[in-house]
Amino acid sequence: MYAFDYQKPSDVDSAVAALKSEGAQPLSGGQTLIPTLKMRLNMPEVLVDLSGIESMKGISRDGDTIHVGAATTHGAIAKSADIQSAIPGLAHQASRIGDPAVRNRGTIGGAIANNDPAACYPSACMALNATIVTNTRELSAANFFLGMYTTALEEDEIVTAVKFPVPSGSSYQKFDQPASRFPLVGVFVAKTAEGVRVAVTGAGSDGVFRHEGLEQALSGSFSADAVGGVTVSSDGLMKDLHGTPEYRANLIKVLTKRAVQEIG
Amino acid sequence: MAKDFGIGESVKRSEDVRFVTGNGKYTDDINRPGQTYAYFLRSPVAHATLDSINIDEAKKAPGVVGVFTGQDIADAGLGGVPCGWQITDKHGDPMKEPAHPILAHGKVRHVGDPIVCVVADTYAQARDAAEMIDIDFGQLPAVVDMKAAAEGNPTNVHDEAPDNVCYDWELGDKEAVDSAFAGAAHVTTLELVNNRLVANPMEPRCCIGDWDSSSDDYTLYTTSQNPHVIRLLMGAFVLNIPEHKLRVYAPDVGGGFGAKIYHYAEEAFVTWASKQVRRPIKWTSDRSEAFISDAHGRDQVTKAELAMDAEGKFLALRCDTLANMGAYLSTFAPAIPTWLHGTLLAGQYATPAVHCRVRAMFTNTVPVDAYRGAGRPEATYILERIVNKAAKELGLDQCELRRRNFIRDFPYDTPVAVQYDTGDFDKTLNKAMEISDYANFEQRRQEAASRGKLRGIGLSCYIEACGIAPSSLVGALGARAGLYEAATIRVNPTGSVTVLTGSHSHGQGHETTFAQVVSDALGIPFESVDIVHGDTSKVPFGMGTYGSRSLAVGGSAIVKAVDKVVEKGKKIAAHLLEAAESDIVFEDGQYKVAGTDKAKAFAEVSLAAYVPHNYPIEDVEPGLEETAFYDPKNFTFPAGAYLCEVEVDPETGKVEIIDLFAADDFGNIVNPMIVEGQVHGGLAQGLGQAMLENCVYDEEGQLTSGSYMDYAMPLAGDLPMFTVSSEDGTPCTHNPLGVKGCGEAGAIGSPPALVNAVIDALRDHGIEHIDMPLSPNRVWSAINAASHKQAAE
Repeated sequence: MYAFDYQKPSDVDSAVAALKSEGAQPLSGGQTLIPTLKMRLNMPEVLVDLSGIESMKGISRDGDTIHVGAATTHGAIAKSADIQSAIPGLAHQASRIGDPAVRNRGTIGGAIANNDPAACYPSACMALNATIVTNTRELSAANFFLGMYTTALEEDEIVTAVKFPVPSGSSYQKFDQPASRFPLVGVFVAKTAEGVRVAVTGAGSDGVFRHEGLEQALSGSFSADAVGGVTVSSDGLMKDLHGTPEYRANLIKVLTKRAVQEIG
Repeated sequence: MAKDFGIGESVKRSEDVRFVTGNGKYTDDINRPGQTYAYFLRSPVAHATLDSINIDEAKKAPGVVGVFTGQDIADAGLGGVPCGWQITDKHGDPMKEPAHPILAHGKVRHVGDPIVCVVADTYAQARDAAEMIDIDFGQLPAVVDMKAAAEGNPTNVHDEAPDNVCYDWELGDKEAVDSAFAGAAHVTTLELVNNRLVANPMEPRCCIGDWDSSSDDYTLYTTSQNPHVIRLLMGAFVLNIPEHKLRVYAPDVGGGFGAKIYHYAEEAFVTWASKQVRRPIKWTSDRSEAFISDAHGRDQVTKAELAMDAEGKFLALRCDTLANMGAYLSTFAPAIPTWLHGTLLAGQYATPAVHCRVRAMFTNTVPVDAYRGAGRPEATYILERIVNKAAKELGLDQCELRRRNFIRDFPYDTPVAVQYDTGDFDKTLNKAMEISDYANFEQRRQEAASRGKLRGIGLSCYIEACGIAPSSLVGALGARAGLYEAATIRVNPTGSVTVLTGSHSHGQGHETTFAQVVSDALGIPFESVDIVHGDTSKVPFGMGTYGSRSLAVGGSAIVKAVDKVVEKGKKIAAHLLEAAESDIVFEDGQYKVAGTDKAKAFAEVSLAAYVPHNYPIEDVEPGLEETAFYDPKNFTFPAGAYLCEVEVDPETGKVEIIDLFAADDFGNIVNPMIVEGQVHGGLAQGLGQAMLENCVYDEEGQLTSGSYMDYAMPLAGDLPMFTVSSEDGTPCTHNPLGVKGCGEAGAIGSPPALVNAVIDALRDHGIEHIDMPLSPNRVWSAINAASHKQAAE
């Protein structure tokens, strides 16, 4: 780890001000950033620790919207009674991230700002049509996730919250990559007012994506059989030690079917 | 006295108190006054010439006390890292044995090859300085794939080994095998890969070199399974330091699995360089570094053929194997695919003729050496997979085909140079079938099918050679060391006992098992026995721990030393009891005059030996301390039958391991709980190899699976509840404890059982083989391809 300065502001404005200095980077739960620092793969001059900002923590329900502070941990999301009852797919998704140590430190804001192509949350955000709230604006998930490790966040812009519309049904199906236990493929299916939405993580070479064919079929008939009739192409899917594009395409179908069966 | 702590009791491991309370003392816990830290700058490329190395800036960096290159090592006249075993090839020529420099000189030959070492006041300073070093690499094509190398790769890893062949070796009667094949009613063939593994002990390697300016003595603290072997190899062959000036100390070691047997360049470097910088030097590997600097395991490709008569009697086995040595020969590497592999190819079967050819290949990859099982898992995998394939082809039950071929008369001379002293293969198979309810499997398969799951059951009957071995034999086979073990029993004046053993415990529980053996033999409390190991300044000598040899060889040395103590004690007791020595018997911790109630306790006799007022001083020296060296007469041959039951999800290819049943014959057992734990650990590693672990290089020789993000280690949740049984074994006939060794069995027996179970589950798909690890992707691809093929037909 290289030497760096450390700041721990207690409100969003101070954090944003601190991030304007040369070489500053935000630190949330640190479950990705700290290991990369230890491996000398990242060299910030200032780390701005967001964990002291109380206004960025917590979960609340306002009518048909669940509001999750960006500094809320995976563990808190998994255990939230509000989320468990309103969006069980999201609670389950958070409960399957990493191990207890990771879940007690890692945050939803940090995870979506990093936009790892195998991160879990981008699929929930896309399927649920979440709104990403930053210190300056609100963005739809579709406008926020721009590709592998790329988001719409500007320099010194931080995610402060995520707002999830409550769907009528939700399920997240994760198939573990055998080594990292990240999703080799993860599929989030949500029944929303605008129809069925299917978002896929872990599979796309360009990060999270929605699958139009599956959405159309399921919006027509919400059944496992409807999934069976859809062709999922392997074009544009990732290839690595653990999965070929063809295998990932198969998993997208299988996991979507299982999500539909779970929602019922 | 020793009732609850004697042989056969599941005594709780006394060492665990310090381990689970964080009080273990590992090498990295040791810090010497004035200690510096080493950082090795390693090759980022697989194969290149070192055209220039500029260390000027690094030398001037803050905290730096020394920067060393391969040229410095060459200028100092140090030897290379030696190999401890010389194989003679099929033409009678010695294997190719290229130099293995401590720091790369002229060329780098694998990703991770150390090039420069920076020594500084802190580790961070050493690493910072290393980033200032400029190296010009002249990139060369990398030799990665063994098969391509064997078919004539124009690039050579070493000039001394044209065609990259280290040796072309064979064992067995080729003519007899050829003629048996010519007359066979049925021949089964199978080509399979024994996947490359990374050992991954929980504690990464660490070493501290500490030269003493007043005495000119050196101490090496290191994470080793065999400190005396390191002292011998490093002192005699690398640094030219005589034994009496070199102490090697391996304190608590957090797992080895073979990877900590070998003498590594880092150990020699810190020992030598501590004198150059006149301060102690510590090096601690991080996990990423371990992936590219610890010796890897397995990595063989084999074509096997099994000839049978019409009834399924095995007539002959033929194997042709390519074995990866990596870029340099690690300490025992050449012995693994030969004498620890070819000699086990008879397995549990009375196959009259076996021929095995092994070509060992150099590649631009990390050196490969023994890993839990070492050669025997590879042999078992070949044999137990091809037997199952043969059973399927002949339409015979997997158990039945084995029974038609079991060896039943002992001792048995195999056609591959070893003699099994004892065993009962029907018994372990019966046990495995009983505990797994094999008879009712079909019902379970049908029930699983009703849930959409494909259920399979797979058998593996293994035999291994442990307790390596008679020194005269291994010497004839090319070992450059003896393979006995030493022990000293130091009886202290008040009757407690200090045991100095050449075996090394790095998780095996020797402090408990060995104390049980001594407590049982001397009739003294378990708590009165202390086990000392790992320090060449305390223990007379030792060959260390590997090949499941500690109890069979090290324990036998302890028994021999205990016998000497008792013999001397009898002389003293006879004097004290005013009886003839021949009338003294030793039982339950008492020297007794046979047929009388006259007796002296063990501690009374011990005290007399150290306070020899009333003592047979004319005939017996004072003191009570005896040393014994035990050189075994033969290997030991643990054997067993493993059955595994799995369910495959045909939609995803994911395999769920429902049950894993192990019926082992380890001979006599000292501590059943520890044995069970050893089997569990072995099963976990075998399951890791079969289902998860795979060390993969790309064609440029970059390690693709260089971290836990891509190298899949088994987690507790991946394992089923194991059912193991090792009761009523057939005792080894040639060591005093009748023990055989249990450390590697689980890793040897389980991979073929797992793969056989999955292939059995896929029986309706016409799938004959899937290479390990059976990842969901591989299993699904096999099912998918088979379904397309079936649809087309």
